[in-house]
Amino acid sequence: MDKLLKLLSRNSEYSVSELALMLGEPEDYVRARIKKYEDDGIIKGYRALVNYEKVQDAGVTAYIELKVTPQKKSGFDEIAKRIMAFDEVESVYLMAGAYDLSIIVKGETIQEVSAFVSRKLSALDGILSTATHFILKRYKDDGVVLEDEDISDERCMNY
Amino acid sequence: MDYTRFLNNTISSVKPSGIRKFFDIVNEMDDVISLSVGEPDFRTPWHVRQAGIESLKSGKTWYTPNRGYKTLRTEIADFLKRKYTLTYNPDTQILVTVGGSEALDVAIRCLANPDDEVLIHQPSFVCYEPLTAMTGAKPVVINTKAENSFRLKPYELEAAITPKSKVLILSYPNNPTGAIMEKEDLEAIAEVVKKHDLFVISDEIYSELTYGQNHVSIASLEGMSERTLVINGFSKAYAMTGWRLGYAAGPAPVLEQMTKLHQYCIMSAPTTAQWAAIEALRNGDSDIDEMRSDYEMRRRLVVGRFNEMGLTCFEPKGAFYCFPSIKSTGLSSEEFCTRLLNAKGVAVVPGDAFGECGEGHVRVSYSYSLNHLKEALKRIEEFLKEL
Repeated sequence: MDKLLKLLSRNSEYSVSELALMLGEPEDYVRARIKKYEDDGIIKGYRALVNYEKVQDAGVTAYIELKVTPQKKSGFDEIAKRIMAFDEVESVYLMAGAYDLSIIVKGETIQEVSAFVSRKLSALDGILSTATHFILKRYKDDGVVLEDEDISDERCMNY
Repeated sequence: MDYTRFLNNTISSVKPSGIRKFFDIVNEMDDVISLSVGEPDFRTPWHVRQAGIESLKSGKTWYTPNRGYKTLRTEIADFLKRKYTLTYNPDTQILVTVGGSEALDVAIRCLANPDDEVLIHQPSFVCYEPLTAMTGAKPVVINTKAENSFRLKPYELEAAITPKSKVLILSYPNNPTGAIMEKEDLEAIAEVVKKHDLFVISDEIYSELTYGQNHVSIASLEGMSERTLVINGFSKAYAMTGWRLGYAAGPAPVLEQMTKLHQYCIMSAPTTAQWAAIEALRNGDSDIDEMRSDYEMRRRLVVGRFNEMGLTCFEPKGAFYCFPSIKSTGLSSEEFCTRLLNAKGVAVVPGDAFGECGEGHVRVSYSYSLNHLKEALKRIEEFLKEL
C-alpha cells in the first residue's frame, strides 16, 4: 500500500507539512495526492476513533452471519444492497467459507437488535439462515489497543 | 568501612558517568515523554521469539560450544557475506558473545597492553574509554566535528597517532550522532591505518540501520580484513536487545585469544538467544526492511522539525538518533536537558555524555511511534518559544 495512504489510515491528523517531511515529498505534491485520493473515493472521510468500551450508552454491536440464495444475474450484490439500505447496518461483507454475508449491526439494546434480525432481516427474500453474535468486550479496534496499560513503555533511559 | 583499599584502583578512578544522576531523575518521574532510549521500540519479530520458545520446549537448556553453535556461526558468516561482502571461516574467525558489549570488552582486553594507546573518536558510545582504561592502556580521544557530519577525517586520525598507537576503535553508524562513513571516507582512514600499522576494532552494531545507502564495512576494503575486527550483533537489526547476543569476526589469531578469554569469563553466550538468532538470520531480512522503513519516516520527521525550530541538525544517515545543536539557545547541554525536562516533561540526553565534544548538542532517539514523536516535538517547540 502507498505510504501516504498507510500513514493517513493510521492517523488522519498529520498535517501536510508533517506528511511531506516523513515522505520526503514536496507539500504541494502531498496535498494534491490527498485530494486525488478523496476525489477517487479512496479516502471516504475522516472521523474520530471512539473507544466504545468507555462510552456508557454506546449500545450493542452484533456480528451476524447470513446464508443467502444468490440471484441468477446479480449473485450476492442485489441482496447485499438491500441489507445495506438499513440504517442499523454498519458494515456488509461477502465472505468465503461456511456462510455468505457477514454484517455488523448496531442498536441501543439487545432487544432492538433482535427485533431487527427477526422482523426486518429474516423477512428479506433469499435469506436462508442467520446466526447473531453479540460483542461482549472490545480489546482492539482498527489496529488500536484499547486498554491503556498495554501501551506502557518498559524501556529505560540509557545510552 | 572504607572499601577503597579493597577495590581495584582503575575502576575506582574511572569517572562515574555524570549523566547517571539525570537518568535516575528521569526514570523516577511520572508522565515523562522520553526521547532518550538507546534501543528499538519494536519487539523481536514473533517468528524469532517462537524459535527461542521452541528451543526451551525441546529442552535446549545447556551451554553451547564456547564459540557459539556452529550453525549460528555459519549463518553469521553467510549474513556478513551477503550484506557486506565479508568472508570469514565460521570455525576459526567468528565468536558469538553476550551482546556486542562483551565482544568489545574481550577484544580490547585481548589487543591492548598497558601503555598502548587506543584511539577513540567522539562523540561515541560510552564504553570504549572505560574498557580501555581497565587494561592499563591509554584512551586517546579524537574529537569529530559537526561541520564534517561527525565523520572521522584522516588528518584528525593522523594528528592523534604516536609511536604508541595500536588500536583504532571505529564506531559507525554512530551512536549518538547518527553519522555514517561512506566508502571514500573509510578508504582514507584505511590508508592511515595501514601506513601506521594500526589494528581496527569496528563496532558496526547499527550496520543494518542506514538510510539512502547501504553500510560499508572497513574490513571489506583491500588489505583491511587482516587488520580489522568486526563487531556486530542482533540487538539493533532484529530488535533483540534483551536477548544479549552479539559477535566478533576477524583474523583467526585474534579470535583464538578472544575465544580463550571468552571461555574463562563467560563460557558461552545464552543458548535460547542463539536459537532465536539462527531463525533471525535465516528468515529475518524482511523484518529488518520493515523496521528500517518505519525508522526512515520518523527520521525525516524529527530532523525536519528540529531544523524548522531552529535547532540545526545535520542529516543523520544511520542508527536511530539525531544530534541537533542547541547552541542557539545559549544553554549548555545539561541545562537544556534539565530545563526541558522540568518545563515540559520531555527527556533527551545531553550530548556531552558521549564525550566533551558533544557539548552544545543533545541526543534525540527516534525509536518511538510517530504519535509519540509528534507530541514530544510539539512540547520541545513550546519550550523553545518560552525560553
